Amino acid sequence: MLVRTSWLKLALTGGLLVGLAGCQNAGGPAPGGEQTASAQGGKAAVEILNVSYDPTRELYQDVNNRFAAYWEQKTGQPVTVKQSHGGSGKQARSVIDGLEADVVTLALAYDIDAIAEKGLLPQDWQQRLEYNSSPYTSTIVFLVRKGNPKGIRDWDDLIKPSVSVITPNPKSSGGARWNYLAAWGYALEKNGGDEAKAKEFVTQLYKNVPVLDSGARGSTTTFVERGIGDVLIAWENEAFLAVNELGQDKFEIVAPSLSILAEPPVSVVDTFADKHGTREVAEAYLKFLYTEEGQELAAKHYYRPRSETVAKKYESQFPALKLFTIDEVFGGWKNAHQVHFADGGVFDQIYQPH
Amino acid sequence: MSDDYAVVPIRRTASAIAEPAAVRWLLIGAAIAFLALFLFVPLIAVFAEAFQKGWTAYVSALREPDAWAAIKLTLLTAGIAVPLNTAFGVAAAWLIAKYRFRGKNLLITLIDLPFAVSPVISGLVFVLLFGSQGVLGPWLAQYDFKIIFAVPGIVLATLFVTFPFVARELIPVMQALGSEEEEAAMSLGARGWQTFFRVTLPNVKWGLLYGIILCNARAMGEFGAVSVVSGHIRGLTNTVPLYVEILYNEYNFTAAFAAASLLAVLALVTLAAKSLVEWKAARNESTYNLAGGE
Repeated sequence: MLVRTSWLKLALTGGLLVGLAGCQNAGGPAPGGEQTASAQGGKAAVEILNVSYDPTRELYQDVNNRFAAYWEQKTGQPVTVKQSHGGSGKQARSVIDGLEADVVTLALAYDIDAIAEKGLLPQDWQQRLEYNSSPYTSTIVFLVRKGNPKGIRDWDDLIKPSVSVITPNPKSSGGARWNYLAAWGYALEKNGGDEAKAKEFVTQLYKNVPVLDSGARGSTTTFVERGIGDVLIAWENEAFLAVNELGQDKFEIVAPSLSILAEPPVSVVDTFADKHGTREVAEAYLKFLYTEEGQELAAKHYYRPRSETVAKKYESQFPALKLFTIDEVFGGWKNAHQVHFADGGVFDQIYQPH
Repeated sequence: MSDDYAVVPIRRTASAIAEPAAVRWLLIGAAIAFLALFLFVPLIAVFAEAFQKGWTAYVSALREPDAWAAIKLTLLTAGIAVPLNTAFGVAAAWLIAKYRFRGKNLLITLIDLPFAVSPVISGLVFVLLFGSQGVLGPWLAQYDFKIIFAVPGIVLATLFVTFPFVARELIPVMQALGSEEEEAAMSLGARGWQTFFRVTLPNVKWGLLYGIILCNARAMGEFGAVSVVSGHIRGLTNTVPLYVEILYNEYNFTAAFAAASLLAVLALVTLAAKSLVEWKAARNESTYNLAGGE
């Protein structure tokens, strides 16, 4: 009996020790990073957090490395940029709930507006950097299976009853909202500005959607990995990435006749940057995106650069298509959100899950 | 006739209650086919994908700083959640099995609550409580104490989700044992702690170990609740299950399955430990019964 009891005690103490060892190991780096981040000036290492949307993972992996080199060379201060990715709306929500981002790089201005509404950054944030604070742009294109078996050429082909369309949920995904608005804009243009016809068109389109993922990357995975659907409505950069990562023998990109100019904006989150004492490096980080080097990186990851010289260099990479802006057709994001995506808005009226 | 019975009684009864051979093999075959399809094939697939690019790719995928950080965070979380829930589980089971009081059934129901609630909701509750827009958020912000989107939130969410495992295993065992042995120990002059360590604990140790093993497996594998409170900051707030999802979404399949293989190994170790505990417990019981019989 005694032997057994001590054996049990041994096991319990052992478990506790393992736990404590784990505490020490894992506890180490996190507080260390905090301390160095709050150490002011000099050459102390600094850490900033970039909260971003889904498809920018690869872009910011590259940007972060190059920015760290650039910043250390310029100021002698080592910098680490931590990343968090997810659906744009969800990420904005997390920042509002207390995810302490020094900078946000989201899919659409409305999501940063939502953060501004809570007072974490000024309302006029979009005027602080060039080009509406969007250092790169993108657009919405189609990804189809190799050989384009359903013969998809333009938006009209997506409402044919035999076509299955994959697009994420506009309630949670920024990319999905661009998709939705691109389709709406096309239908408006085609029907001479008839809103009722546009609504009918988009209703038809969403009838062909078997599943709404919560983020753009989730939809890509559904289409590419799980093999569901005939066409994926996607960010241009996401479509290029899928083709290049997963084989040009499996997918091809189709550019519609008309699409939307998507402007994913960036901003410092003033409250958190000031709290961490990282405003200077956070601002430099965003400005770095506008430099020649930053623009090259964007173009390399299939975002359309703003810089004309870089744009010229990568011209052949992007399909030429007619683009409209959200301001032209929808009168800005606030309006578009109010009419289409708010509770009880047009999207709620037309989409019935099936 | 009676001689016959005396010679081969076992075989006759056995054949009388057994199914025909065909049915037996059919059932066994179906069970094995099911297991193969739903357990072994996926398990093999995980390891096949993980080692697709060879051993070096596997090791280097796990030696990535972000992978290493995820592993450490997972160990830390389990290291805190399991001992705490063990202590709680023993205390709660003790209370429920040995005492009578008002609201006992309510307490039992509350212990089961984390099983009944979807993990996503469990996570969301913490966001609503401790988030900056939440009830306690502004107060926490005053002291710059981060819970949500930091390690404390992950530990809290895990604690909540794994809360019932130890208690649930111990309550029936303790109830079945009754309190005669403890009363005997007390009447012979043992103190409370002595009674607990010398009488109660040895009696329930197999149930306790079983609960701890299950609790640990869930603590390391939990996805939903942790995902909601994590904030998904690489190298800081990603546990292994979250890290697997991120890698998979980045088309980094080898690394994703390498990390997943760690969780698969954990599952195998858990199963092995569980069968060992069950086997030991069964053997213990039979020796106990034999001793009691004499």
